[in-house]
Amino acid sequence: MSSPGELLLIALLAIPALGAAVLALIQDERKAAWLNVLFSFLTLACALALLLERPAPGLFLLVDDLNAVFIIVGTIVAFTTSVFSSSYIAHELETGRLTHAYLRFYHAMYQILMFGMNLALLSNNIGLMWVAVELATLTTVVMVGIYRTPAALEAAWKYFLLGSVGIALALFGTILVYLAARAVIGEGRDAMAWNVLVANAHSFDPAFLNLAFVFLLLGYGTKVGLVPLHAWLPDAHAEGPTPISAVLSGLLLNVALFAVLRFKSIMSANPAALAPGPLMVTLGLASVVFAAFMLYPRQDIKRLFAYSSIEHMGIITFAFGMGGTLANFAGLLHMALHSLTKSAIFFCVGHIAQVKGTQRMADIRGLTVSHPKLGWSLGLGVIAIAGLPPMGLFMTEFLIVTSTFARSPVLAIILGASLIVGLGALLLRLNGLAFGDPDGRDHPSQASFLPIGLHLALVLAAGIWLPPALVGWFQYVAALLN
Amino acid sequence: MTSSLAFDVAHLLAGGLVLVSLMLLYQDRMTSLINTFALHALVVSFSVAWQAYIQDAPHLYITAAIALVIKATVIPLALHRIVVRLEIHRTIEPVVGIGLTMLAGMGLIALSMMVMLPIAAQTGALTREDLAFALSVILLGLLMMISRRNAVSQVIGFMSIENGLILAATGARGMPLVVEISVAFSILIALIVIGIFLFRIRERFETVDIHLLHQHRGEQP
Repeated sequence: MSSPGELLLIALLAIPALGAAVLALIQDERKAAWLNVLFSFLTLACALALLLERPAPGLFLLVDDLNAVFIIVGTIVAFTTSVFSSSYIAHELETGRLTHAYLRFYHAMYQILMFGMNLALLSNNIGLMWVAVELATLTTVVMVGIYRTPAALEAAWKYFLLGSVGIALALFGTILVYLAARAVIGEGRDAMAWNVLVANAHSFDPAFLNLAFVFLLLGYGTKVGLVPLHAWLPDAHAEGPTPISAVLSGLLLNVALFAVLRFKSIMSANPAALAPGPLMVTLGLASVVFAAFMLYPRQDIKRLFAYSSIEHMGIITFAFGMGGTLANFAGLLHMALHSLTKSAIFFCVGHIAQVKGTQRMADIRGLTVSHPKLGWSLGLGVIAIAGLPPMGLFMTEFLIVTSTFARSPVLAIILGASLIVGLGALLLRLNGLAFGDPDGRDHPSQASFLPIGLHLALVLAAGIWLPPALVGWFQYVAALLN
Repeated sequence: MTSSLAFDVAHLLAGGLVLVSLMLLYQDRMTSLINTFALHALVVSFSVAWQAYIQDAPHLYITAAIALVIKATVIPLALHRIVVRLEIHRTIEPVVGIGLTMLAGMGLIALSMMVMLPIAAQTGALTREDLAFALSVILLGLLMMISRRNAVSQVIGFMSIENGLILAATGARGMPLVVEISVAFSILIALIVIGIFLFRIRERFETVDIHLLHQHRGEQP
């Protein structure tokens, strides 16, 4: 009836959906946490199997080389986050921050989020993708507000309003793309399918596409967290449960960026349309510069790393905006490595906030003395995220800056200077957090180091040696993105 | 003759929607704001139903029915209850004056006409006018969201943006998934309204004034 590839595709969506239904019914939270891990693992297994078996593009779903990268990175982070979440949540129950009913809700929502993200990445229809991104946004809004403190509710509300406006702009852009396509392809479903759109983009009306792209970039750019549309991001990261901060930074920002990339390839396929690169370069560079300076005055540890996410999404958007095989390759690799590193950092931060009972950086000192494993993991993570060798992010940032130098030295200097400014802020904070005499509350930690170690090891390995097969794959995708 | 009638009625309804959007801008009482929004939703519902009729697209009647039942009836009633419960039915404090907001609103309408009309020239008169009006409604909704501080009026601003989007989506003849998108939007809106309601029931907030909520952040410059 259907090929193994199609079954895989259905499984990628059906497993999280089934998981959500099952987890909504499970009373025992220990069992629920393990089931959450199990469902996430099964999804990861299906995603990896996509490497071997590629289904043909369908009416609504599509797997190509670009979204395969995003799906695999996404499911890896989702799986390790579920492992982290099970140890994190146990502590939240002990301290009474979450009740049993809310926990059940949390686990079901986690799987619905996975479903939304997989659907957004796999969809072969711009309308379906829009609905999926909205679903993923809604579930994260609910999860950000799950502690129901005034600060959490405010963060959720702000995220809600800004995210809704972004999503409204994106829908208007989607409608405009459909209208541009309708004149060429004709009415109906084909005029909203990716593969058909890209194949016919050269004959679309350029004026329509230009206007549509502005709306789409602003709309989905809000969800990427690009300056000046970033205001929701630090609050949402700081006030929600830490597993959700990890998923937001590691996955949801990427999904929104993926949407922008899809529309960028439609734009580039039309020679008469506005070049999408300069717009993305401007927004990306503005985000990097802004975030690098905003790292300094931060007092809350999760907020600090949220601003760092804005910086890195800016770098990635900048790289894709510059275009060219080298910059695209570096941007794609940076995206994957940033997801791994940032989620590892949030895993550490989650455990640190639990043992110290606070997120205020002024109250956290001397972690390498009081909790050596946590302290050094955080140190390693910060070194990676700051872009220092030998970690993988050093290599990608180096590639982005040097490839920019060849084409526009001024931009490269601004980017390089902001990266150094950001690095200074992160190392300054790390010094305060990790070294000195420990003080404040001091709980023993029951952290699970498996996810942290796995992520950091992958990032370190990428900095030292990339397997040729991986390089070949990413280079191929980078060439496609032009 | 029929096609000219079809165009005229669609044009009338879409233009009426822009007019009601402008009316939303100058309401200074919460109850009248909610009533005006109900009118907004009613106009959009008629407009969608008319599009369903002239395009011979029966599935659009579902979207029209959703607009009529949920946005023109259920949500205004719920908002009235919230407003009474929260005792905020007296006045709305706008960030800038009504006169200035109205001027900005007219500027935005002129802008969207200037942007959309030349671009959409070849799509046919009906789609072109619909898109221009829809963009006006969206921009006016955004203006309303930034010119009001109160959470309830921000939500109404957002819902008027959504009505504009529905107008654009139904004006784009033959667009697939319009019904699905309008259902997704209704869920979003229902959640927002439930959200405001729950905030109050939990009694975590003393106020729904967004401006005051910033205090909780601790990092406000």
